[in-house]
Amino acid sequence: MKDAATPVLLEVRDLRTYFHTFSGTVRAVNGVSFEIGQGEVMGLVGESGGGKSVVGFSILGLIDSPGRIEGGEILLEGRDLVTAGEDHLRDVRGREISMVFQDPMTSLNPLHTVGRQMDEVLRLHSDLRADTRHRACVEMLESVGISRAAERLKAYPHQFSGGMRQRVVIAIAMLANPKLIIADEPTTALDVTIQSQILKLMRAQIADKGASMILITHDLAVVSEMADHITVLYCGNVVERGRTRDLIENPAHPYTRGLIDSIPDTSERLDRLNQIPGSVPDIRTLPAGCNFRDRCPRAQALCATEEPVLAPQHNGLMAACHFPLQPGERP
Amino acid sequence: MFGYLIKRLIQMLLVLWVVSVIVFLMMSFTGDPVFMVVPIDATDAEIAQARRLLGLYDSLLVQYWKFITSLVQGDFGRSYVFRQPAMTLILERMPATVEMVLVAMVLAVVVAIPLGVYAGANPNGRLSRIIMSSSLLGISLPGFWVGMVLIYLFAVNWGVFPSSGRGDTAEVFGLRVSLLTWDGWHHIALPAITLSLGTMAILLRMTRAGMMEVSRQDYMKFARAKGATRRDVLYKHGLKNALIPVVTIFGLQLGDLIAFATITETIFSWPGMGKLLIDSIYRADRPVIVVYLMLVALIFVVINFLVDIVYTLIDPRITLK
Repeated sequence: MKDAATPVLLEVRDLRTYFHTFSGTVRAVNGVSFEIGQGEVMGLVGESGGGKSVVGFSILGLIDSPGRIEGGEILLEGRDLVTAGEDHLRDVRGREISMVFQDPMTSLNPLHTVGRQMDEVLRLHSDLRADTRHRACVEMLESVGISRAAERLKAYPHQFSGGMRQRVVIAIAMLANPKLIIADEPTTALDVTIQSQILKLMRAQIADKGASMILITHDLAVVSEMADHITVLYCGNVVERGRTRDLIENPAHPYTRGLIDSIPDTSERLDRLNQIPGSVPDIRTLPAGCNFRDRCPRAQALCATEEPVLAPQHNGLMAACHFPLQPGERP
Repeated sequence: MFGYLIKRLIQMLLVLWVVSVIVFLMMSFTGDPVFMVVPIDATDAEIAQARRLLGLYDSLLVQYWKFITSLVQGDFGRSYVFRQPAMTLILERMPATVEMVLVAMVLAVVVAIPLGVYAGANPNGRLSRIIMSSSLLGISLPGFWVGMVLIYLFAVNWGVFPSSGRGDTAEVFGLRVSLLTWDGWHHIALPAITLSLGTMAILLRMTRAGMMEVSRQDYMKFARAKGATRRDVLYKHGLKNALIPVVTIFGLQLGDLIAFATITETIFSWPGMGKLLIDSIYRADRPVIVVYLMLVALIFVVINFLVDIVYTLIDPRITLK
């Protein structure tokens, strides 16, 4: 997956996170595996309800009841986080792995100053003195492009715009120099004009610190600009993964093809946007066979009986499909 | 801020005026106070004389005018029964009531907040269910019954607490305070517990509801993603956000208990102002009742004002306008 030269930072093996609800067990993440090398950006892509966010929260051990990690391993530099205790996980959260949430309007505590919320990270994860921490917060806030930082530390979140708040959230995420940032749809709630600013900022920050990133999004256009590798999730399973360029140009899985084709192409006039027919099935009652077959133009009898497994395809891609696309082929 | 204070002051005067009208009208339609001041064997002439002295022959409007003009001059009328200024009578007894209510409120908060946070953070836990069922008892059991049960158990059966009275007090700045003597603590325990149970249950349920609401917010998960302990997430990030409705109820309950601790004071013979109110109602001692109710209105207005200020301390988005 990753380049042979870069050492592995995080390896997720056969992760299974289930939610035991009244109406049945939701297998939100059902056997997901991937790995990320140091300094790499991995895009985690799929439709809503595909289990992308649950993967992110599973890595941080933040799955709340009725959810549970039922199996698999999450190895951060070789140490398993699934079996680690809460104390160890607290040390990991914020210091080694941090998270950027989707909606900056709700991810900051409205009753605490921005400064206090930044300082909290350093208080938890360092032995620095108060004045040193304050200086670090000012520098961090400046580095995410907020002017008059010392003054702004005393302000409350409601005194910032959405884009500014997401900069604050990024500043908090970067503050303790984590090795991995999990960004869960970091630009979805922002104005289009702000989105590219925030993405540029995140790319600059992780490049600067040598950190890795998991970029969770439904927006293939965003990942294709940002990510080194892409993992595509469908119904809690990895259906395809590979290098960004190979996967975008010649995907092997019809689902990935469908996602790419739904990006509007501004160079040609269309009467209708392309879309994948149907919608994500109810994952409480998944039938046997391939989960995508009802929406797939290439589905055949085999797809209804046998679940495809990830297998090597052209250009080093991995895809779980009985009838994968060849380069240049259309479904 | 200054404009706000002026606005609040005008509001307060308006409330007090409306209360004075209501109370005055209510009192003039209930009972004839003249029989409280004349001896049983008084002649008709003596009764008429007393009526004239009390000004009861004037029209209602004139009576109210006299009442309100002396009120603004600081004359709140004299008790028919005690022949003392009504205000003095009430103020003498107020510290005992306020002291008991404060102990009850502190007790209620100290128990309700942690249990409410726990029950809100673990809504399906066994302990949470026990807490919530007990709080239903706290709301539905009447104070007079709880008081009697406590007296039966702790005073009669086991003899660990006295059943009535205020006990020894120490004097601070001319106020008699029970809390400075061991005997005083002994005496205040049962009435304060009785008084606190209802408020405790309500505050507990408000805290739990608030915490359940807040627990779903993104900033709680974000705080955990920063590596904060569960305790810090609940108390530093969660509780503060759940506190606004709790503070509102706290203020209302505080006023309510100070004004109407009557039943508890009666059961435990606590020499507070609630007992004075009930006695004055029995004796149709109009001036005392009127001043009492006006004072209660004032207390509520002041507490509401303080609650508004506390809002702004909790939530920076709230400003006083």
